[in-house]
Amino acid sequence: MSTDTSTLDRIVSPAQRELWYRSYRRFADQPMSVVGAVIVASVITLALLAPYIAPYPEHVGSYTDFANSFAAPSLDHPFGTDKAGRDLLTRVIYGYRLSLLLAGTVLGIGVPIGVFLGLVAGYSGGWIDAAIMRLTDTFLALPPLVLALAIASVFEPTLEIAIFAVASLWWTWYARLTRGLAASERSKEYVQAAELAGAGRLHVMLREILPNCLSPLLVKMTLDAGIVILTGASLSFIGLGVQPPRPGLGTMVASGTNFLPQQWWVSIFPGFAIFVLVLGFNMLGDGLRDMFDVEVEQ
Amino acid sequence: MDQLKRLIPRLSGMTISLLGLSVLVFTISRVLPGNPARMALGARASDEQVARLASEMGLNKPLAAQYLEYISGLLVGDLGLSLQTRNPVLEDIIFKLPATLELITLSLVLMIAIGIPLGVIAAQNRGGLLDNMTRVFAFSAVSVPSFFIAIVLQVIFGFYLDLFPITGRLSLKYSQTITRETGFMLIDTLLAGSVAAHANAWAHLILPALALSFGGMGQIIRITRSSMVDIEGKDFIEASHGFGLPRWLVVYKYSLKNAFIPTLTIIGLLYAWLLGGAFIIEIVFGWPGLAKYGVQSVLTTDVNALVGVTMTIGLMFVLTNFIVDVILDRIDPRIQLAGDAT
Repeated sequence: MSTDTSTLDRIVSPAQRELWYRSYRRFADQPMSVVGAVIVASVITLALLAPYIAPYPEHVGSYTDFANSFAAPSLDHPFGTDKAGRDLLTRVIYGYRLSLLLAGTVLGIGVPIGVFLGLVAGYSGGWIDAAIMRLTDTFLALPPLVLALAIASVFEPTLEIAIFAVASLWWTWYARLTRGLAASERSKEYVQAAELAGAGRLHVMLREILPNCLSPLLVKMTLDAGIVILTGASLSFIGLGVQPPRPGLGTMVASGTNFLPQQWWVSIFPGFAIFVLVLGFNMLGDGLRDMFDVEVEQ
Repeated sequence: MDQLKRLIPRLSGMTISLLGLSVLVFTISRVLPGNPARMALGARASDEQVARLASEMGLNKPLAAQYLEYISGLLVGDLGLSLQTRNPVLEDIIFKLPATLELITLSLVLMIAIGIPLGVIAAQNRGGLLDNMTRVFAFSAVSVPSFFIAIVLQVIFGFYLDLFPITGRLSLKYSQTITRETGFMLIDTLLAGSVAAHANAWAHLILPALALSFGGMGQIIRITRSSMVDIEGKDFIEASHGFGLPRWLVVYKYSLKNAFIPTLTIIGLLYAWLLGGAFIIEIVFGWPGLAKYGVQSVLTTDVNALVGVTMTIGLMFVLTNFIVDVILDRIDPRIQLAGDAT
């Protein structure tokens, strides 16, 4: 008798693998999803390896070289230089670091808070649900940018304050999404089984319900990363985010607006860089949505 | 009457949301660090000056009393004096609001007028070249930062092609002759009977409105496409085709009417999004509206003005969502309004 069940089959059943493969195909058959994944992966790599990749790492801070002021794009400076003579390609690569830091921190703070409140609301129901949802509705009664603006305005503007301002309202979307998911899972048999087996509320919420809400949450986070980056860049553009000489992408676009249209590259390249990254996250998120086959409002 | 009954929970929810928002804004403006009086006067003001302004602003009373004063002021529209213009904030807001409304209304019209047909075309050509092109366009439109597209439009149409002016609402040579009647430049220029000034107002409006409309346009295209695709598979559409009705009639009369419901819901949300987006666009195009006033009040820490602008936008947002709910309820009474879900 031959052993035709390989080790792999024993760990993951063929049916499971078939399912994964089909999900993967749903993702990979959509060229835009793949392009999105490539963009996001490349930008993350660029940002992580910035000190090794950027042509002039010393141009990141308040470096000046006025002899090279406003050099047009060339082989030496593919994106040109700004007023202080700093290489814009270098600054854009480092700007990606700040954008990704912003998205990562905002989601890192906002998602756990929102998910937890949403689980509590959806699983508990009753007045707890009503109270939590009323609170989120209040936050959702304003465009995020306006609220972030109001919060950012009371402090000295910095990247950290922009992160705080955006994070302090971003949890609401996750509270709403998770509440809906948890409320529909609550009455399912596996939850009732866990409750009958004597599992505590926290255990049911975190170990039973949460794992079944992960794919919509992941999709939402990917799509949101782009929106968070846009919101942060907009705050920086107005002057309430990253301050010069730090290379915020929105900050760079704003500083270039005074030199349009002659020195167009100062604004255009950083702006285009934001566009590419956000586009990448949106296409990736959309691909993941098809792959997991979930409905997520954006 | 029935409709009223269905909408009552929604109305009370709205009121609570607005109250909550007033508490939030009050907290932001008073409780967070920093003395508003000090911030308004700057670091070089003497302590006495700060103390005098603080008592003028009622800052030395207990917080609860301050909140009561603030909320009773809000209810009668008394928002205090703006520290930057020295006018009552409400007056400033009423003065600035038409410019913003004009901008976002045209933006919304552009969004719908371009977005819905593109979504329908994409759905009709599912999988084809037109569908893919629209898809790429829709993705790009939602991903592009509004300030970036604004600058690109300025550079192309303002500087290089020199087709449109890039700042303000009206050229100087007309602005002297136009008296303010409604505050809406398109209407005021018509009232003044000047066709040239009217055309000039349009020329000023078109670029900012277009720049503002991109993000929402992308969303409208996507939602219209996907709901049209969903509807196409429904029995009653198949039946209409089978009946031999012309294709365009089925698409525009039956499919689109039903596909419009999700689109309308999104449009309500987009209105709020436009108010936020206007903050950026008004800065780039030097548009003298509410959003620009709001940003200036942030930069000059003009607390009263900031509270006024934030509450006005909150109110407009909540009202818009309510109006959308009323329309949705009219179109299809079976829809569960967001407020009734328990």
